[in-house]
Order: sequence, then C-alpha cells, then structure tokens
Amino acid sequence: MSAALFEFLTRMGDNTLVLGHRVSEWCGIAPVLEEDIALANTALDLIGQTTLWLSLAGEVEGKGRDADALAFHRDVWDFRNLLITEQPNGDFGQTMMRQFLFDCWHVLYLDALRNSSDARIAAIAEKSLKEVTYHFERSAETVIGLGDGTEESHRRMQAALNRLWPFVGEMFDSDAVDQEMIAQGIAPDPQALRPAFDAKLTDVMAKATLAIPGDDFSHAGGRNGARHTEHLGHMLTQMQWLQRAYPDATW
Amino acid sequence: MTPEWPLWEIFIRGQHGLSHRHVGSLHAPDAEMAIKNARDVYTRRNEGLSIWVVEASKIAASSPEEKGPLYEPSNDKVYRHPTFFDIPDEVGAM
Repeated sequence: MSAALFEFLTRMGDNTLVLGHRVSEWCGIAPVLEEDIALANTALDLIGQTTLWLSLAGEVEGKGRDADALAFHRDVWDFRNLLITEQPNGDFGQTMMRQFLFDCWHVLYLDALRNSSDARIAAIAEKSLKEVTYHFERSAETVIGLGDGTEESHRRMQAALNRLWPFVGEMFDSDAVDQEMIAQGIAPDPQALRPAFDAKLTDVMAKATLAIPGDDFSHAGGRNGARHTEHLGHMLTQMQWLQRAYPDATW
Repeated sequence: MTPEWPLWEIFIRGQHGLSHRHVGSLHAPDAEMAIKNARDVYTRRNEGLSIWVVEASKIAASSPEEKGPLYEPSNDKVYRHPTFFDIPDEVGAM
C-alpha cells in the first residue's frame, strides 16, 4: 500500500467527518426550522462523503479497517482534518462563516480532484462536488445576508471572520504527502488553488461588507496531525463514546 | 424581538409533464433563500424537478363564506359535464 495515499485519503475523510459532526451538533437547536433542516442535510452530505473517503482509505491501507473503524477507533493524534473543521460552532454566524471558508476551498479542491489519475478518487470527487456546490451557494448567500444585514449581524460576522482567519492558511499548505500526490497526478497542488480561493473570497466578502484581515499568520498541525487544537479531543469524546463504551455495537 | 421572516408558499413539480403542486410553506428572508429552503425542506427524498415559491401575502384567495354564491350554482348544471357521450372502450380511462 501507499502510505502517502492512505494519508491523503484520511485527510479528505477526516475533514468531512469532523466538520460533518460539528454541523450535526446544530440538529434540533438551530435558530429556525428551515436552517435546522438545511444544516442537518449538509451534515449528512459530509458524513456520506466521509464513508466514501474512509472506506477507500481502509481499502488502500489493507489492514482490514473499514470506515467505521477509522472514524470511531482512532484518537486525536491519528486525525488529519484541517484545524478549521474542528473549531467550535460558536453562534450561528460563526458556524456559517466556518462553512463558507471550508466550502470555498472544498469546491475548488474537489473540482481539481475530478481529474485525478486515480479513477476511484475522481468518482468520489464527482459525486461530492454536486453536494458541495450547493453547500457553497448556501453558505455564501448566508454570509452575505448576515454580513450586509443588521448592525449586530454584521458585527458577529466580522468577529467570526477575524476568529477563523488564522485557520485559512492551512488549507493551502503543502508537504511531502502532497508532493507525492502531485507527482502521481492524484491530487492538485494546494498552493495552486489559492488565487481562485482569494477571488471567490474577495467577491463574497465585498458583497457581505466584511473586511478580510490583513494578517497572514496561520495555524498548522491539523492536516499533518502534529498539533490539533484542544477542541478535537472534546468533540471525539462525544462522537465516539458509544463505540468506545460498546465496541463494535450495531443496531 | 426580531421581526419574523415572511412566509412563502412552496410549489414543487415532481416529474416532467406534471403541474407544480402546493406542498407546504416555510419562512425565508427573500425569494432565493426561499427556494434554497424549499430544496432542503421539501426535496430531501428526491421529490422535485422544479420549485416555485410565492410570498404568501401575495396570494389572493377566495373566502370560505362565499361558497354558496361561488360554487352552488354549478351543482345543477349537469349539461356542463361531458357525460352524455359514448366513449369507445379502446380509449381507456379518461
């Protein structure tokens, strides 16, 4: 098996798993019924994509681990998600800002993955992109509506952007795993997506009347597993407790 | 207190060739979000090909109290129903 390919696939699957779980935390408590259902749909899309990515990861690894084993029987240090996906939901505006920033990257990355030299990856990207294109439209429109809304919603959206901004840079980091994926034609160079990301971001933030922070500092350590934020462990205790308490329970 | 979003009536066409059917209502800040919300609330099980949204306050409706003058006069106009024609069996259900 290819260690780098396994690593790449867990990055993809852990992004959608962790963000999908975060978004699902709104189920039943979102501000209005319509947003509640929309967020649950988004969460379900992401968890569905997780099944595809992590199943393939398990297959590539060849040690008999399936998607469930990877999702529920690994601990923090084995997760390879971007730090932005594990950040707490905060208020509804912060959740939508996190979603928008992730969607903006996700759309571009999946679009590029459709040309992957690995047909299995291209197929997952093709299927996911349809869902994620809608996620992007919805989160962009909500960010615009709230940013260019009332004084309070504007203030909250600007605070959300300022808070999440230091997690944006990690999306475009590139390491040895990426280099191997690029060399094999499996995945794009993350850095090459930055200009398109900035164009989308600038357009939406202008309409939302929000100011993009000038500071380029960015956290790292999620996608390579070196240093997750403290939030992921807490999230996993919620997400994994049933499988930890009753290993391999099914119903 | 935050003002409530306006109410929208949602119409969905399930298949090509069928008409849009009223499926329910929901709240949204504007027409575009109403379509998105309708997609999320009413087409989760692959029900739709096309969505119409209409702001509920824009719909003019007949009043239930007027049902006498509006509908009863047609009760005794049997000649308006095409029930006097012999339909060949081959035509099938009409």
